[in-house]
Amino acid sequence: MSSHILEIEHLRHAYPDGTEALRDVSLRIAHGESVAIIGANGAGKSTLLSHLNGYLLPSSGVVRVGRLAVGKGTLLEVRRTVGMVFHDPDDQLFMPTVYEDVAFGPANLGITGQDLERCVTGALERVDAAHLAHKAPYRLSAGEKRRVAIATVLSMSPDILVMDEPTNGLDPFARRQLIGLLKEFRHSKVITSHDLDMVLELCERTVVLSGGEVRADGPTLEIFRDEALLRECRLEKPLSMQGCPVCGERRR
Amino acid sequence: MASINQALLDLKRLDQLAAGGTVLHRLDPRAKVLATLVFIVSVVSFGRYELSGLIPFLCFPAFLIALGQLPARYLIAKVALVCPFAVAVGMFNPLFDQGVLVQLGPLGITGGWISFASIVLRSALTVAAALALTALTGFPALCSALERLGMPRAFAMQLLFLYRYLFVLTEEGGRASRARELRSLGGSGDGLKSHASLLGHLLLRTWRRAERMHMAMLARGFSGALPGGEGSRFGAPELLFLFFWSALCITLRLNNAPRLLGALVTGQLP
Repeated sequence: MSSHILEIEHLRHAYPDGTEALRDVSLRIAHGESVAIIGANGAGKSTLLSHLNGYLLPSSGVVRVGRLAVGKGTLLEVRRTVGMVFHDPDDQLFMPTVYEDVAFGPANLGITGQDLERCVTGALERVDAAHLAHKAPYRLSAGEKRRVAIATVLSMSPDILVMDEPTNGLDPFARRQLIGLLKEFRHSKVITSHDLDMVLELCERTVVLSGGEVRADGPTLEIFRDEALLRECRLEKPLSMQGCPVCGERRR
Repeated sequence: MASINQALLDLKRLDQLAAGGTVLHRLDPRAKVLATLVFIVSVVSFGRYELSGLIPFLCFPAFLIALGQLPARYLIAKVALVCPFAVAVGMFNPLFDQGVLVQLGPLGITGGWISFASIVLRSALTVAAALALTALTGFPALCSALERLGMPRAFAMQLLFLYRYLFVLTEEGGRASRARELRSLGGSGDGLKSHASLLGHLLLRTWRRAERMHMAMLARGFSGALPGGEGSRFGAPELLFLFFWSALCITLRLNNAPRLLGALVTGQLP
């Protein structure tokens, strides 16, 4: 089970144009934990996520998935362990049909024949999208696209799920459906989002990034109660923790 | 932009048609691709003044449309859309080529007009066959058939991505263009300059999307080749289809059927 642990030590990343996106980030995410990474635009969230499956390699520092340090030699194993759901599902769904798209990952892992079929239908059923299998991705609604994008990753049976703004652009029903779905997953989860209400429901722990550094790291409720911290990091309390606009009553 | 969006909807319709279940839909795509290729080569290789010999070739697209239960009117409209290009290619022939080739009573038909008609008919035939092929097979299956026939894998992949992201790109371009129109308030909106900048942005955005897609592919273990689906078999029906149509096309190419028929009727066989 050690592959469920994610360790980041003194991670620094500077882009070729000199922009320093991450400076000295250290984190440890244990097995089964649900962690939200929040921060203002440009705080370094996406850069951090890109390091978790080795799309970007550190300028200095180390990212460890289980016992493996992420590097050129370990990419395949790391990418099987860490499933990444992208911000825009259109980037992730590139095959002609949903079925082929979900099969893409496992087929690259060398799974074939009936095993592959079982793997794909299993993943689609888990996100309630089995009926979409033979549709083309451009025919799906935003909510369906998002669920299918998650299935494309689930089919590789990852140990850690990394998601970039999963509820972005969804209608309230689709958002609720997605939150319900994510609650059922036993994986370790790393989620970045501006939807702090979702964070409140899904993640027991929150990491606040600001200017490429970890500004705070602790239990979600505690962090959301710290108004000064949130203001300083260009954030604000989730709506469900703010006063009611009609009666002014506070819920938490 | 409305017209582009319309064209896009039409493309999706072509894709929907490919989901049909007729005998022709079920044939291995390779047989259809090869037969269409023989057809196109036969049609294109005719001499420039050939008109009567081309007419029997109409039977191939007509056969595909009828047996594949494709909507004929829709496909004919698509073919008509391409005709202006053929007209533009051949429009000066009647001016330059004034030699009379056929005398119909008092009416002399010049070589220019005949070659013009030949160009238009040829383009209509080839486009109709290609459209019918796509509507019967579907673009992705067409790509994999081409790949199995020996087209380099990189090309097949490029074609597939082109097809997948055509929809995304045109929607993005459509939105950008609508935003420009709304703010130019019926005027020219800085004309060519704003269009150039819009295109530039679209290109940059496409670039970044390509990077993100690449990242998505790498994240799922992509190593340079798309996993191929299980291919259909090239069996007896495929062989029969391919053999029949190739033989017919080649026979029609080598013999002018209308002339033979005419000779038979008038009893003047050579």
